[in-house]
Amino acid sequence: MIQLQHYLTIAAFLFCLGLYCVLTRRNAVTILMGIELILNSANLNLIAFSRYTTTAISGQVFALFVIIMAAAEAAIALAIVLNLYKRVNSIDVDEVDMMRG
Amino acid sequence: MSEEIRLGVFLAFGVLSVAAAAVVAFARKIIHSIFALLFAFFGVAGLYALLHADFLAASQVMIYVGGILVLLLFGVMLTQKISSVDLKGPSFQRGPAAAICLVLLGALLFVIYKTPWPIVDRPPIHPTPPAIGTHLMTDFLLPFEVISILLFAVLVAAAMMARSEARR
Repeated sequence: MIQLQHYLTIAAFLFCLGLYCVLTRRNAVTILMGIELILNSANLNLIAFSRYTTTAISGQVFALFVIIMAAAEAAIALAIVLNLYKRVNSIDVDEVDMMRG
Repeated sequence: MSEEIRLGVFLAFGVLSVAAAAVVAFARKIIHSIFALLFAFFGVAGLYALLHADFLAASQVMIYVGGILVLLLFGVMLTQKISSVDLKGPSFQRGPAAAICLVLLGALLFVIYKTPWPIVDRPPIHPTPPAIGTHLMTDFLLPFEVISILLFAVLVAAAMMARSEARR
């Protein structure tokens, strides 16, 4: 019998791996991939709640909005990364410190 | 579907997505990370389908695999020499990051298994697209309109930012 907790456990693992990816990588595109993993784990939580608790279909609608936000975020972030590459010829986030005082 | 088959499918998709996410987090080559991300998204889409969220499973495959992943691949191909081996691996803050993630994972698992969730036993909503559409047009009408404005703004902004700077 699959319980709510099992889905939440998988989402917790996905979240922690995504966070590790964000914290350790220096490549801007790889950091974005970590963020996508985190958003996916949040979505999995929302849909699991919508199946097993009283929230009914609202959880799925919310997850749909999260997917739309993730697509928008990826488009803008990649535009920023391309711009960054044009200006400093690198997408290493450590080398982008022009605004440091 | 019988309970054993459900459990097997759940384990298959769960292990697939977590293992692929681990490859995303630990792979040394960025191209390996991207292709592992493909499997992670597919695994999560399978879990959505197992939760009777058929519309969202289809959206996940279309938007994440068809859209975001291709966008990320373009991002890598436009900014790195894809064949070069000396892409920087994760050699940065690994110890503290691992400690933070493990502590957080422990805390999350503790909360997940200690909280008395308000679980109700009800049949799944079977065709979800009509239910989602009704909700979007009634209870979630304002977010729906706001997100359409957001998507338009993103479209314009992404085109503005990514274009060549010939006009400067």
